[in-house]
Amino acid sequence: MGLFSRYQLLFTILFFSLLLQDTKGRADGSLVTDISSHLISVTSDFTGTDLLLFGTIRALASEDEKDHGDIIVVVRGPERELIVRKKERVAGIWANTKSVTLQKVPSFYASASNRPVEDITSKTTLDRLRIGPDRLAFKAKGEDAHVFPYKKAVIRQKKEAELYSDRQSTVHFLGPSLFRTTIHFPANVTVGNYTAEFYLFREGDLVSAQSSPLFIKKVGLGRQIFEFARNYPALHGIAAIVIALIAGWIASAVFRKD
Amino acid sequence: MPVYLPIAELSVNLFLILGMGGAVGLLSGMFGVGGGFLMTPLLIFTGIPPAVAVATGANQLVAASVSGVLAHWRRGNVDFKMGFVLLVGGVAGSSLGTWIFALLKSAGQIDLLISLSYVIFLGVIGSLMLFESLGALLRNRKGTAKRKKLHQHYWIHGLPFKMRFRKSKLYISALMPLGLGFFVGILSAIMGVGGGFVMVPAMIYLLGMPTSVVIGTSLFQIIFVTANVTFLQSWATQTVDVMLALLLMSSAVIGAQFGTRIGTKMKGEQLRSLLGLLVLLVCLKLAADLVLTPDDVYSFGVIGGEN
Repeated sequence: MGLFSRYQLLFTILFFSLLLQDTKGRADGSLVTDISSHLISVTSDFTGTDLLLFGTIRALASEDEKDHGDIIVVVRGPERELIVRKKERVAGIWANTKSVTLQKVPSFYASASNRPVEDITSKTTLDRLRIGPDRLAFKAKGEDAHVFPYKKAVIRQKKEAELYSDRQSTVHFLGPSLFRTTIHFPANVTVGNYTAEFYLFREGDLVSAQSSPLFIKKVGLGRQIFEFARNYPALHGIAAIVIALIAGWIASAVFRKD
Repeated sequence: MPVYLPIAELSVNLFLILGMGGAVGLLSGMFGVGGGFLMTPLLIFTGIPPAVAVATGANQLVAASVSGVLAHWRRGNVDFKMGFVLLVGGVAGSSLGTWIFALLKSAGQIDLLISLSYVIFLGVIGSLMLFESLGALLRNRKGTAKRKKLHQHYWIHGLPFKMRFRKSKLYISALMPLGLGFFVGILSAIMGVGGGFVMVPAMIYLLGMPTSVVIGTSLFQIIFVTANVTFLQSWATQTVDVMLALLLMSSAVIGAQFGTRIGTKMKGEQLRSLLGLLVLLVCLKLAADLVLTPDDVYSFGVIGGEN
């Protein structure tokens, strides 16, 4: 909970600084946004984390204060090429028979909005901006109709693993212009460069958009092991054997009974 | 308590992994098998990618076998000469096996091959051991046990390059243990096992080695075969997760120590019938997974292995 109170504090400070800025700054209906942290460190005890994404809308001077517009927040992870395989019964046994290669599959995808996205804007706009995991457009090598269930399967499994999420009505407004949402990153999140996108809609039209980077990195012992294994695979193999030999010997010595 | 595995790139429950390692270690000490045939499927059920499970399993087996072999060595239950001939074949076989593994992994058929190999080998060996040992137990109970012939003659005994293995009280062709080692080496690399479950019965029934030296000698050669698999997998596929291996090792070696003690107090027939039963259970579980309709017929993997 200590973490959350820190968010709250950060948030409060930002809230007031934005308010001050707002009174001086030019009110043009644009977005000012930030993330509670731009770096997620994957340490050896990493169990997933929550990030706070927040911002404020600089209202037009003429506009009614109550109408703050709609916010959609999207976080996308690094894109990967996936091979999706389908099992079929062959002589009574389930075996992989067919496969499809999908390109540009985000390893992570989360969207959040202050109300159901279909109510915010048109389907065309949602499709164009790829808002919501079901609107992600993966490219398949040798595109044809049979690829569709493979795409569906990836989205379904990613959703089950909490790597894809679509959480509508989780962007909360605090007052007329300040909004916040939390995005959950599970423990098995892919490391790499992420982007957080903020979209502001008014009466179905995209008024403003902001994008900020987010990095997920391995740190500490985990990272050192990972890099050692990648950069010096042969040495890593020998080290792994030596560790095992010593561990076995120690155990035997400790348990020796004579 | 969760712990992040840097190569598998996921978090696992620390106590689950330690518990698995301890339980498998106990069995491995009791039966003189590396325990890989239980460890690898268990790791895969936990969600560890099969390639990481196989490679890391091999790494963990190095530690388990070292600690096991030292215990047997002190009792003089290791035939080093036989072990050496077996491991020469084993290192060659496991190198070939690692190559086949990489080939089938890219073809998307490695999981099927792993499962099929398990079902076939565990099924055959499990039933052989179970029926043979149950038969022996029944004969003992009736008190009509016939004295076994010292050795029987097969065509195998006509092979050239005869060697004397004093400890095993055998004078047989070196080609037999060499070939056996090679064959088990291939299985070892593909299935992520030490191969004890094939090696132990083969040494008893095929080579005719005395049961007392079989377990120690099998563990001795498993050290080298699994070390070879660890090195090759780390070098070629970078799928050895040292963090996971360390957790498994630390619990498995402790379990193995207790297992070895339990094992020496049990009769050979009892031990073999229990092992046979265990082997058949794992076989049935894997066979069921192959035949029953899977929860999801789709599965996916990242191309190039780079997460």
